[in-house]
Amino acid sequence: MFQKKTNVLALCILSLIVLATITAQWWLPFSPTNIDPEKRLTAPSFDHWFGTDDFGRDVFARTVVAAQVSLAVGGIVALFATVIGTTIGLVSGYFRKVDFILMRVIDGFLAFPALLLALALVAALGGSLINIIIALTLAFFPVMARVVRSATLQVKNESYIEAARTTGASHFVVITRYIFPNILSPVIVQSTFIFAKAILAEAALSFLGVGVDPSTPTWGSMLQEAQIYLTIAPWYSIFPGLGIVITVLALNLLGDGLRDAFDPHQVKRKPRTKVA
Amino acid sequence: MLQYTIRRLLSVIPVMFVVSVIVFMIVHLTPGNPALIILGEDTSPKAIADLEEQLGLNDPLYIQFFNWLSQVITGDLGTSVYSERKVTELIFSNFRPTFSLMSLSMILLLVIAIPAAIAIVALRKTVLDPIFTSVSLLGVSIPDFWLAILLVLGFGVALPVFPVAGYVPLTEGMGAWLYHLLLPAFVLAIVEVGIIARMLRDSMLESVNQDYTKTALAKGIKEREVLVRHVFANALIPTTTVLGATVAGLLGGTVIIETLFTIPGIGQLLIDSIHRRDYPVVQGVVLFIAAIYVLVNLLVDLLYTFLDPRIRYD
Repeated sequence: MFQKKTNVLALCILSLIVLATITAQWWLPFSPTNIDPEKRLTAPSFDHWFGTDDFGRDVFARTVVAAQVSLAVGGIVALFATVIGTTIGLVSGYFRKVDFILMRVIDGFLAFPALLLALALVAALGGSLINIIIALTLAFFPVMARVVRSATLQVKNESYIEAARTTGASHFVVITRYIFPNILSPVIVQSTFIFAKAILAEAALSFLGVGVDPSTPTWGSMLQEAQIYLTIAPWYSIFPGLGIVITVLALNLLGDGLRDAFDPHQVKRKPRTKVA
Repeated sequence: MLQYTIRRLLSVIPVMFVVSVIVFMIVHLTPGNPALIILGEDTSPKAIADLEEQLGLNDPLYIQFFNWLSQVITGDLGTSVYSERKVTELIFSNFRPTFSLMSLSMILLLVIAIPAAIAIVALRKTVLDPIFTSVSLLGVSIPDFWLAILLVLGFGVALPVFPVAGYVPLTEGMGAWLYHLLLPAFVLAIVEVGIIARMLRDSMLESVNQDYTKTALAKGIKEREVLVRHVFANALIPTTTVLGATVAGLLGGTVIIETLFTIPGIGQLLIDSIHRRDYPVVQGVVLFIAAIYVLVNLLVDLLYTFLDPRIRYD
């Protein structure tokens, strides 16, 4: 996976963002919560690189710190959705008896556009950080379950699985030791995409005003606040959005790169496009 | 074929059942007494008890569910707590702008994605292809609401070409309707353009190397004609499968785009109802959108078997 330049580039960008936001309090020239009424909505300058917001707070500092919530939400959702989705997918693909029931439940979840399901759940649960993670996990695990199930169905009929069963390995051992390692690549690729989608969804929820408590800076909530000042302070709307785009782009780039690296068909396909 | 159609039609039942369970649970996931949350802290105990009675909150959960479900099946989605209007009535009066927005988006989507994909495949040996791949990746990485903000900045503020908010019904003239809807519809479409164009490009590149393409070329048909009549036509079939997902993307996107451009559609109705804690409306809208999505997926699946005679699910 390190052979492709784009993978390395994506990993570098992500590491840089993570490092910058974790260490933010030690190197940022301004505190993200420092209010300065005399500097309300000033344009980007040498002092304030990204300008200031309606409270005179430094937009650069807030954009950097906002990455903490976005990355944490995206990462935790990707982890939870992967664990739940993979478990359901493995069980569903391996045991035909529960497959029908489980897949109808998954179909039911997939009948909602992901953002809509998350929105409805947050509306019901209330907009705290934990509830957002729960809502987004429920919105994204069904896709993972589907992917893992179809991968499991493919692997299940391989002769090495049959061989393992004949030697007396239990279902649990077959699933965890023989099937799981062989379906790992689509799981990793898919979890990268869920990470990216969860960041976008969290931003959308915060932007709609049903997300995390507005006092915590997130890219979505900053953009929501900025919307009122769009005509007089456009920079306030631009930079938090750039934060989202760069992070999500890096994740998508990584996901695409990993998929190509794991997929042997991709290598074969390239020369074929030269024909005709 | 008939057997598959019947089986596919029947498969909608369990899906809609699970959907209705999830939608029903929306009210019951709220921490505390839903009646109290809807009415607020200052309400008299009598009013709360009345609403509890109206929402049937005193019965056991499964009885509440079956009561609710039997109402929903007969087309009764309940009454709005806020405006006291029928939820179905609210949905239908708000659906027209949403339908307008989605239809225009879909048209824009196809008008942009199809020529783009054909051009990219025709010029695949040039630098256009890698540029397109990067642009389509950028497309799925941009939050639609931020793109909308940028376009409003560009075409509403800096170069005031389009209005930045509002909606004019089609009955008041095609021009005014299009003028107000073009910018939101474009934002809604553009994210999906990347996905559809990429799918078309990939499928077209697959069929470029098929025997029928080589035969057509060998017969001396012009490359441009082969590209459209053989390569493109065959690439359309796999692309129809992602149309369902596209509609879902558009439906999810309308919620944000309508709020941003203050279009009085069902997306705006949903957000307003969430802020008002008007749960019957929230449930109604979510159920309605899910039902549309299930229906579109059903049609896409049936269309797919119809379009491609090679596929028979027996």
